[in-house]
Amino acid sequence: MTRLLLNPWLLFAAGVLLVPQAVTNQYYFTLLNIIGIHTILVVGLNLLMGYAGQISLGHAAFFGLGAYTSGILTAAGVVNPWLALLLGLVVSGSAAFLIGIPVLKLRGYYLAMATLGFGVIIFIVLVQGHRFTGGPSGLHGIPSLSLGGFPLDTPFRLYFLVWTCVGLLLAFSANLVDSRVGRALRALHDSETAAQSLAVHTARLKLQIFVLSALYASLAGSLYAHTLNFIAPSSFDIMFSIKLVTMVVVGGMASIWGSLLGAATLTVLPEFLAFFQEFEVVIYGAILMVVMIFLPRGLVRGLMDLWERRHRLTEGGTTPG
Amino acid sequence: MPPGRVKAVIGPNGAGKTTLFNLVTGFLIPDAGRILFQGEEIQGEPAHATAARGIARTFQLVQLFDHLTVLENVMVGRHRLTRAGMLAGALRLPRARREDAAIRRDAWEALEMVGLAVRAHQPAAALPLGLKRLLEIARALAAQPILLLLDEPASGLDPVETERLGEMILDLKARGVTVLLVEHDMSLTMEVADDIAVLNYGRLIAEGPPRAIQRHPEVIAAYLGTDWQG
Repeated sequence: MTRLLLNPWLLFAAGVLLVPQAVTNQYYFTLLNIIGIHTILVVGLNLLMGYAGQISLGHAAFFGLGAYTSGILTAAGVVNPWLALLLGLVVSGSAAFLIGIPVLKLRGYYLAMATLGFGVIIFIVLVQGHRFTGGPSGLHGIPSLSLGGFPLDTPFRLYFLVWTCVGLLLAFSANLVDSRVGRALRALHDSETAAQSLAVHTARLKLQIFVLSALYASLAGSLYAHTLNFIAPSSFDIMFSIKLVTMVVVGGMASIWGSLLGAATLTVLPEFLAFFQEFEVVIYGAILMVVMIFLPRGLVRGLMDLWERRHRLTEGGTTPG
Repeated sequence: MPPGRVKAVIGPNGAGKTTLFNLVTGFLIPDAGRILFQGEEIQGEPAHATAARGIARTFQLVQLFDHLTVLENVMVGRHRLTRAGMLAGALRLPRARREDAAIRRDAWEALEMVGLAVRAHQPAAALPLGLKRLLEIARALAAQPILLLLDEPASGLDPVETERLGEMILDLKARGVTVLLVEHDMSLTMEVADDIAVLNYGRLIAEGPPRAIQRHPEVIAAYLGTDWQG
């Protein structure tokens, strides 16, 4: 019974269904939706960083490509939002494919710099492309999504769509890392040479996972555009890419549930620390340092280790002799 | 190289033994010359493509997937013989699940054969060196190679482990696997090899059955030394 209750998927489903009972304020639903969107981004980036061992410091760019493809096409009323979302996936996936071919030949710092460069370029395009993007002041009038005629026009209504996506993508990712391709992915992280010697086409696999994580980001971007009905380039800058990396590390590299926890923690925290607005960057940096020093394996594994240690202690104390 | 035999390559350090391995397995591209495998030219092919043909190898410095479990390491060895793609695996399609179950079963069998099954769920990094070498060989064998290249498999092994390694190589040969062996342990080499090639500074100075090699004057001068008592 306890085993059943501790099943993370059941806990997750119960949480998603129970939270709306406790929350009434629409503001909190918006916050929950943003957490869900960040989770999608972070789990995608974690596949790339935590599992495959390839860093991307330009992930906000794919998030932005998805958001702006959806935003531009639907604000102008040109296409159906769902079709726009699909087109966003095509745009981001193609961009990832094209830049991935040369960029993924690089390693470590060089890969970080190249993806950073890509992030800067997309950011500049968003700022300078006034005619389409609305420039620095942003893009207004993005309509809400609707599902089979039912408008998802309040944060509460959107909540179920966002968190269904989160649940499905968490499951998809967890299955992936435990599959043939997932093992090859984790293998190339440890030794690319040995993986190649076992017929793993490492270059292609890295490209595949890079594109996949860009698709996650693009989907998150489209949802984001329809959640806020307004987007501006500042949401897709380098700072946001760095925040995403922070979320991955804080939650735990190569940890699916850590992605959820990392995204939730670092989305909620700034809201409660609004007082420190100016020092947000400093706080992010400080959190990253503290986690790296005290919980280097991330929040989920770190806390699990602590809990296990305590559990063992108390168990040892109560075991009848 | 004739199939189903064990060939050893020996020579002093820097003779080009590991370079030979890297050329055959696609990790280095030759400046000139051809490498034939089953009648096809394979020089210049990337390493993963060479591996896909059925050429497996181990490394002089053991290269395991440290964060994967012992079992998962061997499961990656089955990569060459399996097909399921990213989507099939992530969506847990019946085809992919069946294939994954087969991979797991084969990997278990391989671990039981080398006596590593009790450690199946430990991370590979936790094994002592002797078992790491054993695991690396088991992983290469999981790919059911036609040609297996072993790069100094006995270095770091104690005498008992070395003996077991020798039995393993002979067992492979009995199963029709062709083995190319680089080894400094001469008694092991003499015991398992059908043929020995001697390299010195990238040049082949002698080739033949162990007995002939032991008496070859140039080999004794370059490598074995005069006090070698085979």
